[in-house]
Amino acid sequence: MQKLISWIDERLPVVNAFEKHMSKYYAPKNFNVFYFFGVLSFVVLANQLLTGIWLTMSYNPSAEGAFASIEYIMRDVEYGWLLRYLHSTGASAFFVVVYMHMFRGLLYGSYKKPRELVWIFGMTIYLALMAEAFMGYLLPWGQMSYWGAQVIVNLFGAIPYIGEGLALWIRGDYLISGITLNRFFALHVVALPIVILALVVLHILALHEVGSNNPDGIDIKKDKDENGIPKDGIPFHPFYTVHDMVGIVVFLFVFCAVVFFFPEMGGYFLEKPNFEPANALKTPDHIAPVWYFTPFYAILRAVPDAFLGVVAMGAAIAILFVLPWLDRSPVRSMRYKGNLSKIALVLFIISFCILGYLGVVVATPGRTLLAQVLTVIYFAYFILMPWYTSIEKTKPVPERVTMK
Amino acid sequence: MIKLVATLFFTISVNSVLAAVGPAAPVDDIDTDIRDQESMQRGMALFTNYCFGCHSLEYSRYERSANDLGIPKEIFEENLLEGDAKIGQLMTTSMDKDQAKAWFGNPPPDLTLVARLRGPDWLYSYLRGFYADPSRPYGVNNVVFKDVGMPHVLADLQGMCAEPPRMGIDTEVDPLSGNIVKSSGCQEYKSEGSMTPAEYDEAIYDLVNYLEYVGEPSRIESERIGLYVLVFLAFFFVFVYFLNKEYWRDIH
Repeated sequence: MQKLISWIDERLPVVNAFEKHMSKYYAPKNFNVFYFFGVLSFVVLANQLLTGIWLTMSYNPSAEGAFASIEYIMRDVEYGWLLRYLHSTGASAFFVVVYMHMFRGLLYGSYKKPRELVWIFGMTIYLALMAEAFMGYLLPWGQMSYWGAQVIVNLFGAIPYIGEGLALWIRGDYLISGITLNRFFALHVVALPIVILALVVLHILALHEVGSNNPDGIDIKKDKDENGIPKDGIPFHPFYTVHDMVGIVVFLFVFCAVVFFFPEMGGYFLEKPNFEPANALKTPDHIAPVWYFTPFYAILRAVPDAFLGVVAMGAAIAILFVLPWLDRSPVRSMRYKGNLSKIALVLFIISFCILGYLGVVVATPGRTLLAQVLTVIYFAYFILMPWYTSIEKTKPVPERVTMK
Repeated sequence: MIKLVATLFFTISVNSVLAAVGPAAPVDDIDTDIRDQESMQRGMALFTNYCFGCHSLEYSRYERSANDLGIPKEIFEENLLEGDAKIGQLMTTSMDKDQAKAWFGNPPPDLTLVARLRGPDWLYSYLRGFYADPSRPYGVNNVVFKDVGMPHVLADLQGMCAEPPRMGIDTEVDPLSGNIVKSSGCQEYKSEGSMTPAEYDEAIYDLVNYLEYVGEPSRIESERIGLYVLVFLAFFFVFVYFLNKEYWRDIH
């Protein structure tokens, strides 16, 4: 065994790579529960890739056959129902863990110098993930697949001058059709997974170059022992591999409970109108995107003008990219930031959640007004950040990490 | 032209998003039980005799129902196969879609997934919601699905209700006489059917139960396997928890 490893290692630096990224990658020893969500995104990604490959073996990407092939998978393919529910629940689970992962970043300032690139790669993954989820949602070719895609692609049509041509170019047809389905299938199963995997590699490489942040926001590399090892760091393997196993098992318990017992999740993971095949002549009463898009959809609807709504929705996502340069606080972690930052983050999370709810339900004048107020709060969190992070009084940051 | 189509679609989609969905008609609640094979067998028999002429279950195979409902293959082939169909085939109907459109305004929809689309409560109420309405082409209307194109196929079982049946009402019994003062369903019949109201409700329950099963035939197996998976994960948790504890014992 040892001979085999050294034979390979002389030709490919596997030992070096393992040491660099696992057994000699020193991670802060004070990670808390929020630090599970990075590895959980990895678990869900693996689940999506594996179940996706097997679903592709039985799926038929044509307007005539797509809906029937999903039911074929659900009924006639051995354990096809399990593959399909793992994949459909996995899509929602992906956004749950990614949102928690991003929240952790906001909470402990993980985007701040020197981790700006880690954050930007992460945001790009999020963007690619949204495209992946959107295109995957068309594939079952149900009513909500069809009309959801129709509404979202038409958003591009609201852009002046180039909009209509752009929407036509995306669809490849004058309305969503089998042509659109085929290209979305190609992008969903080949192009975007490659992009996402490449971005995940960049995200991890950039992270391991600068080292992980921690709940105290302390730079552990500043305080090293005589061997050059950070005093507050521990080798990722075995300490965090065994630690992450606990989080993975707890996550899988919840995930499997949904997969086996509530795969529709009350119509939020699998929307009821999607049990009817796509029909270009029959518009559903109420078109709502899947829950993970609804905060942005609510922002879109909050703006009275169609084009400005699209701009606001795009800006709501784009502004996250520049977050590292908006935060002027001398400290990273919320533990040592002042009250203004804490209030701002709480208000931001509350408005994001309520916007998510408003995007699910039918708009009424009262709800639209609420969505407008929340949209202002959403943007204020970012736009006012340079101001409130620089004037508030921060608490002193300890020398060494604290174990809680 | 392109512009027109695009504008039209955008208007339709935006309007449908903004349009308030009207309050849904009240329905009666039921608890389906897809472990009750006898109920589903009766439901499937009713389906085959009354619904299958027009409505297909085109994503589902005969044999799957036979196996899951515990019906022996020979008995199934003798009684429940449509025409010269083979037991391994999909449950399609021979009705011509274009002709059906001419007869009913819309071709009768496939019902494989209707229970997942509409929900069992809606189905149970819809099938008990027909009443005489001379203004409609087939002389019937429905309280749950207004102006539906479907005639009351089960009228020889239920009879024809003279007025819109009530839905979503809790049964109230007069404490002195024991008579029912208020209840859901049809209150006054224009013509009698072969079943009593209670028998008809029971028959519809069986039918909905069967449709609920057909919507997701893997449900029982999913819950059976799911239980093992969760028990394994709970058991495995103990091991990873203590393994982690052991490794982290000296880290403070």
